[in-house]
Amino acid sequence: MNFRTVRALMIKYWFVWSRSTFRMLDIFFWPVMDLLVWGFLSVYMLKISNAVPAAVTFLIGAIILWNVLFRAQQVIAVSYLDDLWCRNLLNIFAAPIRPYEYVASAWLMGLLQSTVVVCVLGTIAAAVYSFKLTALGYGFIFLYANLMLMGWSLGLLTIGLILRWGPPAEALAWALPFLIQPVSAVFYPVSVLPQWLQPVSMLVPSSYVFEGMREVLRTSHLDSHYGWCALGLNIVYMAISAVAFKLCFEEARQKGYLAKYAV
Amino acid sequence: MSTNVVEVRNLRKEFGSAVAVDDLSFEVKQGEILGLLGVNGAGKTTTIFMLLGLITPTRGTIKVFDSDMHKNRFPALQRMNFASAYQFLPYHLKVWENLFVFSEIYGVKNSKKKIDDLLELFELTRLRNTKTGMLSSGEQTRLNLCKALISDPDLLLLDEPTASLDPDMADKARKILLQRQKESGMTILNTSHNMIDVTELCDRILFMQHGKVIASGGAADILKQYKSESLEEVFITIARSSTMEVV
Repeated sequence: MNFRTVRALMIKYWFVWSRSTFRMLDIFFWPVMDLLVWGFLSVYMLKISNAVPAAVTFLIGAIILWNVLFRAQQVIAVSYLDDLWCRNLLNIFAAPIRPYEYVASAWLMGLLQSTVVVCVLGTIAAAVYSFKLTALGYGFIFLYANLMLMGWSLGLLTIGLILRWGPPAEALAWALPFLIQPVSAVFYPVSVLPQWLQPVSMLVPSSYVFEGMREVLRTSHLDSHYGWCALGLNIVYMAISAVAFKLCFEEARQKGYLAKYAV
Repeated sequence: MSTNVVEVRNLRKEFGSAVAVDDLSFEVKQGEILGLLGVNGAGKTTTIFMLLGLITPTRGTIKVFDSDMHKNRFPALQRMNFASAYQFLPYHLKVWENLFVFSEIYGVKNSKKKIDDLLELFELTRLRNTKTGMLSSGEQTRLNLCKALISDPDLLLLDEPTASLDPDMADKARKILLQRQKESGMTILNTSHNMIDVTELCDRILFMQHGKVIASGGAADILKQYKSESLEEVFITIARSSTMEVV
């Protein structure tokens, strides 16, 4: 791993984002809108129903944590698409940049971006809904780390698929996280899912994270089982994503897709 | 250690049933400027991309600076650079920012001075702080050449480097490349449709058709072989004759 190369690519991402108003809006606009719309909706539902007040807290916590996973995946996928759309991909892969250095720089930018977004959402949630991220305690770090890992492996898989299938697969950059959202127990517990779908949900690391989050908010205690199960699954999926990415990259070189889609 | 910077042996590339490069063998000596000429689809760009390791050969070997480009291309890539008229640098970034990023990637020392020198050389100084997306295609091509020279490469691969330059700027670009080559002993492999590029720049030419080399040598040798007055005439003759005997 050449850290100079990773740093150079991070500088490139920083230039891209700081030069583009629309890119900055994309980073902050949607998460903030999500938080405001769903937050106010849940406050309203609380007023007209017999729902427990914790429901609002669960929802706001879920929106903030979902953005960790989504941002981590998005930064990797969109950074790759940026190079593709700018027709810069061949300049990148013709330079002494190893694929894992390319991915590592996007991962680190994902970490940076997710952290900033969580800070912004946490501040808004505290001001508007009196929701305190600190209520998650130290367990928050464990949950956060697991969501980052899952976002990274999803991002890696996304660019692997786009490398292999080209422009028709570009929509996956936005669709892939939402494909797993229904079984991720983000806004509702796993027990709400039909019996036959629950085992599927238990194979998704984020299910444990969101179940863990609800438990902390309910009891102020995180059963470490949630964190370890998520971590174990994340390690397996990271390995699968890395192998899938490598296979897709090699196939793209073999079939000439790297050159074909980039010109 | 051989003096050949590039060694290509029995290279073949198939895309499904189509053969893009067919049993191609050649070498490029240190300090040599080799031109790859041929009609569209002759296999020039595929060859360049295989040299960069962006496309894997179906058969054959490519060695650049003694590195097998299929197995381990990174030591060689550090000493190479590439410019194509069909590749662009990120359009959100300012001109200097793009060059700065690539200077960091290649580990260029004293990058600020180098960027300024190259911008001056290619008459882009006034556009230093302009976003790359705002440049004309000719300016972007010149910026690509700056990027290709920023690392002082030992091997420079050019894919139609003057394609969108006006005759004046194309002439200047050729002179800059020649001067750089003379100063540093850099090896250049250049694909072009521009016969002036080929005549003025290249020590040796490989004419390609259907993925094979059908003629090779210095410009004068090829003109003699084809009993022709100009390379353009040879190009047209080769392009229109599908039954041309392999020389």
